[in-house]
Amino acid sequence: MASSKKKGAVEKLIVEGELTIYTAAEMKEKIGTLLSNESIEIDLSQVGEIDTAGLQLLLLAQRECAKQEKTIVFSSPSEAVLACWNMCNLQETFGVTA
Amino acid sequence: MNLDAALQTFLVESRELLENMESSLLQTEHQAADTETINAIFRAAHTIKGSAGLFGLDDIVKFTHVVESVLDKVRNNELQLDSDLASLFLESCDQISALVGNVEAGNDSIDPALADKGAAIIDRLNVYLGVAPVAAVVTPAAQQAANVAAQPQGAVAETDNWHISLRFGVDVLRNGMDPLAFMRYLQTMGTIVSVMTLSDTLPAFPEMDAESCYLGFEISFKSDADKATIEGVFEFVREDARIRILPPRSRIAEYVDFIRELPEEEQRLGEILIASGTLTQQELDEGLKAQADIANEVSLPLGSILVENGAVQPAVVEAAAEKQQQIKDAKAKVPRLIRIDADKLDTLINLIGELVIAGAGINVLAQRSASPELIESSENIGKFIEEVRDSALSLRMVQIGETFTKFQRVVRDVSKELKKDITLIVSGAETELDKTVVEKIGDPLMHLVRNSMDHGIEPADVRQQRGKPLQGTIKLNAYHESGSIVIEVSDDGGGLNKDRILAKGIEKGIVSPGQVMTDQEIFKLIFAAGFSTAEQVTNISGRGVGMDVVRQNIEALRGSIGIDSEQGVGTTMSIRLPLTLAIIDGFLVQVGKSAFVIPLDLVVECIELNESDRSNEESRNYINLRGEVLPYVRLRDLFELDVDSDADDEAARENIVVVQYANTRVGIVVDRLLGEFQTVIKPLGKIFSHIRGIGGSTILGSGEVALIIDVAGLIEQVQAREPQPVQMISD
Repeated sequence: MASSKKKGAVEKLIVEGELTIYTAAEMKEKIGTLLSNESIEIDLSQVGEIDTAGLQLLLLAQRECAKQEKTIVFSSPSEAVLACWNMCNLQETFGVTA
Repeated sequence: MNLDAALQTFLVESRELLENMESSLLQTEHQAADTETINAIFRAAHTIKGSAGLFGLDDIVKFTHVVESVLDKVRNNELQLDSDLASLFLESCDQISALVGNVEAGNDSIDPALADKGAAIIDRLNVYLGVAPVAAVVTPAAQQAANVAAQPQGAVAETDNWHISLRFGVDVLRNGMDPLAFMRYLQTMGTIVSVMTLSDTLPAFPEMDAESCYLGFEISFKSDADKATIEGVFEFVREDARIRILPPRSRIAEYVDFIRELPEEEQRLGEILIASGTLTQQELDEGLKAQADIANEVSLPLGSILVENGAVQPAVVEAAAEKQQQIKDAKAKVPRLIRIDADKLDTLINLIGELVIAGAGINVLAQRSASPELIESSENIGKFIEEVRDSALSLRMVQIGETFTKFQRVVRDVSKELKKDITLIVSGAETELDKTVVEKIGDPLMHLVRNSMDHGIEPADVRQQRGKPLQGTIKLNAYHESGSIVIEVSDDGGGLNKDRILAKGIEKGIVSPGQVMTDQEIFKLIFAAGFSTAEQVTNISGRGVGMDVVRQNIEALRGSIGIDSEQGVGTTMSIRLPLTLAIIDGFLVQVGKSAFVIPLDLVVECIELNESDRSNEESRNYINLRGEVLPYVRLRDLFELDVDSDADDEAARENIVVVQYANTRVGIVVDRLLGEFQTVIKPLGKIFSHIRGIGGSTILGSGEVALIIDVAGLIEQVQAREPQPVQMISD
């Protein structure tokens, strides 16, 4: 469901399938380990479904990175993720220009 | 709470709501729809849509939304609920039901036929909404995309918007609800003009629990829906969240109150309201200032302020109170019902049957021992066994009402199909009978009802000629009568045509020409196999396979069916069924050395067959019972029993047991009356099935077998033997 691989100095996490309450606890751990890196990329292209639990994890990750002055990139968000951000008016927050 | 359980609840609730909706709709056809009924229908549709939205059941939401929109117009008196519209709603009901069934079956997608049907209904509904039919079926995804695209983001400040403030409780997610789903659902009712997603309560990374909810939303929402409808969206989280809904053009003071209510800092909320276009900076400043001025005087609770300012419509409060009462009632009812596997009940009843037999055995032994103490305790046990038996049997009893209710819809649909105006009147719905019987009586009843509608009730023009009301009437009635339940299906139609039935019977070779038959006998011909008098075969009835199957089904339940008909006035079919199929109160009699049981409920009285009547026996087989002719039959002759050679004088005295079945009385002549006996009915083997007059067997306390008299069969035999019609007893 999620895999991470080194890509230069950037730690990349690819989230696959659902980003929902069912996977939230697991995902939080993965993001936790990711936070030890300076630069993080979370690939959201494979996310088929996202709910509130998933969304707030993304918000948490972003706030945490900002606090620790790290860079985080949410790359190629899928349809589902985009629709969710759109609905919550969070495109700017996640760095997407409409 | 796990999601599956919640979904199950949704399915069960939806079914109930659909049933309510259906019966309310049917009600509107009989009487002018009052506001309450229409509201009930609307609420049902609305609740189904709301719950379906929570589970992401897009197909149901999409379909129900259109239905709800039309209903809304009806509710606002923009549309008249005529019979066409009611039919359309009924079809919609069926469609929703099919969609719910689809979910229940665990299918992810709906099959094309169902989708097409839904689309067709939506097209017809759209006519009422003044929307041009959509040519292609819009996929949910495309719909969503369209919604998102149509939704202006950010700066467009519109004055007539609702403001909705949502703060979800931490356990919302764990309870299987997804705040985003509520937002999606909200989009189906209007346009989300702008949203602020608040993540202020999101704790530091280590403390954050991934399964708790920390988000809140401030929404500026444009919609024509009323407050109750918008609140309805959040009905399922009402207890789990702080929800504030401010109508458009609310007073600024209210916004200020609202800001004070919320956990975030005033300044931040003010900014949010300004950003979402609900308030201008100037309005906010003035409001805060005014609020500060009066703050020192009185501090009113927000609730009263809201009511005072008309923010909360009284209807909303009422609806909420009513809903709560309903939930309370439902909760009070649920724990008092236990679902039991029918097999367990059957086992219990079988065991009690054995107990009854064993109890009778003890009773015989006690009598034989002649010990008064033993006899007394055995009688005590007997009394309790009887009570246990009765309560066990009553466990299986259900009211017939539910079966009857189904027919409202049947009558409605069939009358449309036949283009006849027919109404159904139900009475005796609270009459109870055995569950197995209820299950098996549905089909025969259905056939009789359809038959009455098709052949019984005449077309309107014929009715007019005959001076009858144009609207035909079918009646379903049930009542208890001497140990049986009687279910009547009657119509005020043309009645049975005796001549035609007789002609047909002769043509089919069922009766020989010149045979003398009573009306009853002629009517009974329609139950013969392959008999149909319908001049044309319709798709409702007339294939001649039905009535004999009806008769067989009813006979399989140890019941019988009778017909009463008057040409031009109507027909009544009476189905008579035993109340229970397992244990009955019997009346034990003896003929020679054989014991017989007559169902006690059918016994009217016992009299002695006196000498003068016996001397007349050569010429006739009836006596004068208080001025009425009572035909009788000797069990000894009927079953060709040997004359008891060593019979003493007492046994030579004969008795008549007078039994009544379906308004007919006959006497059964026996040697001795042995009294009441709890009878466990044991079926006879197949090889005895051709024997008329015997309904089963039972085991006596002594271990001997007694045969149970089938009174209905016996009466038939007596009638067949009597040349003159049997005296009918009017009731």
